[in-house]
Amino acid sequence: MKGLSFDLAHLLAGGLVLVSFMLLYQNRLYSLLNVFALQAVVLALSVAWQAYVQGAPHLYVTAAIAIVFKAMVIPIALHRIIARLGIHREVEIVGSLGPTMIAGMGLVALSMVVMLRVTADADPLAREDLAFALSVVMLGLLMMVTRRNAVSQVVGFMSLENGLILAATGAKGMPLVVEISVAFSVLVAFIVIGVFLFRIRERFDTVDVQALDQFQGGRR
Amino acid sequence: MALIGALSVEISQMLLVLLLAPLLTGFVRKAKARLLRRQGPPLLQPYRDLIRLARKEAVVAHSASWLFRFVPYLVFAATWVAAALVPTFATGLLFSWSADLIAIIALLGSARFFLALAGMDVGTSFGGIGSSREAMFATLAEPAMIMIVFTLALVAGSTQLSTMAGFMTSPAVGLRVSLGMALIALVIVALAENGRIPVDNPATHLELTMVHEAMVLEYSGRHLALIELASWLKLLLYVSLISCVFAPWGIAHEGKGLTAHAIGVLAYFGKLAVAGLLLALFETTIAKMRVFRVPDFVGVALMLGFLAVLLRFVSGSL
Repeated sequence: MKGLSFDLAHLLAGGLVLVSFMLLYQNRLYSLLNVFALQAVVLALSVAWQAYVQGAPHLYVTAAIAIVFKAMVIPIALHRIIARLGIHREVEIVGSLGPTMIAGMGLVALSMVVMLRVTADADPLAREDLAFALSVVMLGLLMMVTRRNAVSQVVGFMSLENGLILAATGAKGMPLVVEISVAFSVLVAFIVIGVFLFRIRERFDTVDVQALDQFQGGRR
Repeated sequence: MALIGALSVEISQMLLVLLLAPLLTGFVRKAKARLLRRQGPPLLQPYRDLIRLARKEAVVAHSASWLFRFVPYLVFAATWVAAALVPTFATGLLFSWSADLIAIIALLGSARFFLALAGMDVGTSFGGIGSSREAMFATLAEPAMIMIVFTLALVAGSTQLSTMAGFMTSPAVGLRVSLGMALIALVIVALAENGRIPVDNPATHLELTMVHEAMVLEYSGRHLALIELASWLKLLLYVSLISCVFAPWGIAHEGKGLTAHAIGVLAYFGKLAVAGLLLALFETTIAKMRVFRVPDFVGVALMLGFLAVLLRFVSGSL
């Protein structure tokens, strides 16, 4: 098992975690979207390699879905939304970069410790994929927590979903029906979020979600 | 007989690094000048600078303590010893068995500590600025370096540079994402530690931007010559370190004959030339960062180091 196939899978899955960190590091919205598209490409490569190793042709469909939707459709649509909202020059990060990075490191370490313990007697390829997938999910959550801009929170959500796909491919793939329905539900979620972004903007003149905190009603 | 061989390799390497360090710096300067379509100083200019400085009188400020006079020798000695520990053209150096990569970091760290002290010793504001900035960068660069060492040691199974070089040439290396990350992190650390362009401009004397130059502003004469030579040696050391760990091709292994060593020397010259060209190219294409952006840049190295260790941990435990 410790051959080239494992090394390449490790390389691609590790690259996915690295790209998640690059997402955390970006503070411009357009570069954030470019990195997100890069993450989708790495995910597609990783899934395609798994399809080749496991001999599971339906995983190629997953890879194609990732390329088409996540590397092209969603980034281009988000580009348009940002251009229409006129927020492309905004720079935002809550707190400083250092603590966020350290928190991300801690989450990656945590998910590896947890996953490697839990899946002690599984196939090494699946174990490694699960460990990295959990870290990608965690980093997506971290990104949603640390960002104030609603658009970057959407990107965090989408990268979280990338982690889920990686986990699913590691576990010998999911049925094609589930796969396609997940892809479309993400797309629907994306459309709903897009509508919401414009509603938020209409109401509060900003997509900075901290503005929403002031409208919590009589709680404070 | 083996002892004599190892000793002669060690001594020739120590002399080689000392003689080559100014040449490498001169080469980088020349290449940068040519890339900007300038003529540039001759290749041997750093040697002439050293001779000129060594002949001049050393002026020491009234407020300077004994530490100020003592530091140049200490910095130079520590850097030279560290440079003698990195295999350049042959592994199996005699000294390399008594000290590993961690010892090299410690030697460089103590050299930096004393240089920062000397920067503050005279009590001018520039020295203080330079020292505090150097310390700020070092707090991030040193942990990053340690993380890189951990990664390499986990992969190669040793912190010994000779063993690492031997492992890297063997087919057991395979395709490892950790090593790629460690390489990028090591390049960033090397740029930061040597004060090359995105972090510090080695050619500037503009007060607001300088780091290393601000610390050594009060030095003159033979003291300055030693400090300059030490900083050139440090650049050579990092280039040798990167080429020894990540490109150990052609390096002469322990107990090989004279021809292997000759090939090793030639390969080393080739690697230095390539590294110098790449450095010059990188420095001409990139702009210097603001000082307070530098921690982000060096932080990337730290993060890559952490991540490389974690990934290596995962693939190792499967």
